[in-house]
Amino acid sequence: MTHLKFVSLLALAMTALRVLQVEAQTPAINAEDPYQSFAWPDLHKLYLGGEPYVFDARVKVNGPSFAEDPLNVPISIDAKDLPDVTQIVVFVDRNPIRKVLVYYPQQALLPKVSFRFKLEQASPVRAAAKTKDGVWHVGGTWVESSGGGCTVAGATRQDGSWSKTLGLVTSRVFDRSSAANNLSPDPAIKTSLGARLRLRVMHPMDTGLVGGIPAFYLNRLQVNNSKGESLLKLDLFEPVSENPVFSFDFAKRIDGPLVLTGADNNGNRVEAHIE
Amino acid sequence: MATEWRPTLNKRLNTPTLGFVVALMLLGLASVAWAQDRSSLDYQLKARALATGVYVVEGHNADFSPANGCNIINTGFIETDVGVLVINTGPSRLYGEQLRALIARTTPKPVAQVLHLNLHPDYFLGNQAFADVSRRATAETAAGIARESSSYESNLYKACGDWMKGTETLAPNTVQTPGRWTLGNRHFELRAYQGHTASDLVLVDMASGVAFVGGLAFADRIPTTPHAKLPLWQSSLTQLSADLASLLPGERLHFVVPSHGPVRADAHALGQTREYLTWLDARLSHAAQSGLEMVDVLRSPVPTPYRNWAAINTEYARNVTHLYPNYEVQSLQQVR
Repeated sequence: MTHLKFVSLLALAMTALRVLQVEAQTPAINAEDPYQSFAWPDLHKLYLGGEPYVFDARVKVNGPSFAEDPLNVPISIDAKDLPDVTQIVVFVDRNPIRKVLVYYPQQALLPKVSFRFKLEQASPVRAAAKTKDGVWHVGGTWVESSGGGCTVAGATRQDGSWSKTLGLVTSRVFDRSSAANNLSPDPAIKTSLGARLRLRVMHPMDTGLVGGIPAFYLNRLQVNNSKGESLLKLDLFEPVSENPVFSFDFAKRIDGPLVLTGADNNGNRVEAHIE
Repeated sequence: MATEWRPTLNKRLNTPTLGFVVALMLLGLASVAWAQDRSSLDYQLKARALATGVYVVEGHNADFSPANGCNIINTGFIETDVGVLVINTGPSRLYGEQLRALIARTTPKPVAQVLHLNLHPDYFLGNQAFADVSRRATAETAAGIARESSSYESNLYKACGDWMKGTETLAPNTVQTPGRWTLGNRHFELRAYQGHTASDLVLVDMASGVAFVGGLAFADRIPTTPHAKLPLWQSSLTQLSADLASLLPGERLHFVVPSHGPVRADAHALGQTREYLTWLDARLSHAAQSGLEMVDVLRSPVPTPYRNWAAINTEYARNVTHLYPNYEVQSLQQVR
């Protein structure tokens, strides 16, 4: 009798433990859209192909609470807490052109990407990371705006200087060791370990929504290592900012040179060797 | 009376409920006061005499908001025997009209001249009330106003709504060159610097020792940077400190009036602004050289004393948004 009691108590405790474990995980995963967007069913069909999804806080989308410059809203996406991410789609619920980019991390790349984009009005900004099992994990952030990012010509379009710099690339690989952090003169500035590739491609990235200026934008970028193996691929769309700057993170330091190739929707090619 | 009702109330309501009721009452009072301000659209401008005939009209040390009607600027006016010189006209037509009425209440002299110390909106959007007088600005400031004024009008309307009703740009109409400037019985020294904007004027009233230093110095407030060039601004502040010391040696410097933040009897605001700019430059440069993203820089905490300054919640983010892209460009190398 006492033995039986003990066993049932143990079972009860284990069940409780299991419930606790499940509860510890549930805040991350949610079936309901945290932004309660009426557009969600459409967004799901259009950008996730109607495939299975969860809202998942492990896909971190970090941006400013207010878009000080709606032509250049900085956004950092971090899905490294998810295993086996094959692609990340970024879209903006209330932009006239919603899809911003698709990122395919390969090899040693972490499922993290940062860039700036054009925001037309206050909106949720979403990143959906697809894992190997075919499930989309959707994260997001809300960015307030006074509006007007997609319907205004960029600075180099306004002054006409874009044609002199089209396709020029600037870049740098930042090696980040703990020593560098310890030497930091500004204790608030901290970097994560590994390596970061930052690159900037000069391009007006016209949305086609400014009168008389057709859509003209980079639509594809790829980075290979010196052996010709692909490290990352990006599909780009109109809302990516003018002269875009991207950051990609590697778990370890990388050996150069890297080769960047790409094209815009008019067929202009981009090619650069990053030492 | 109070002692009579308090015990009875205590019997019926426990302390948290009482606290809640008091909070509600306070909230009610606050919103009534606010609604009155906003419904009457009265800036309640006050002239404070810094010396005989030299006045400052102090704005809120804050960011633009409906609560302050976008009145965050210190304007001023100086009596001369040929009329009054007005320094900046505030953020709206209403402000301009109320400033002119305040001047009329304060001095019998007519308004003779308006001077704009730079191109920013709250330096000239009150101009409609000064349509009949000469409105002076440097050529660079006048060009900047012509370029930016329509976006200023809509931005301030978005920020402050009704307070901006009927506000339209009335441009400066007279080019002001720096140097010695005599207006009736008053001798001014006008110096032009750069860095906060393309043209930052400073007006020094030689007799009273009051210096209106415009947008070059922010007192206890995070500086604004939409047109800033930090190295130029930093060297301008050093130069301005030296110039003030030689124009008004020793005890002769009576007051320094920054456009934003409290007026003080010394040049403290210049040093504050220079220190902040030096810190900001170092932070942005170090962040870019470490490969940081703008989002990370926005999220990095701001140290004291700057985190306690006015407008920190909005202005630091603007500083980073305006300035960081240039540091990023410097940190990357051309590749072929």
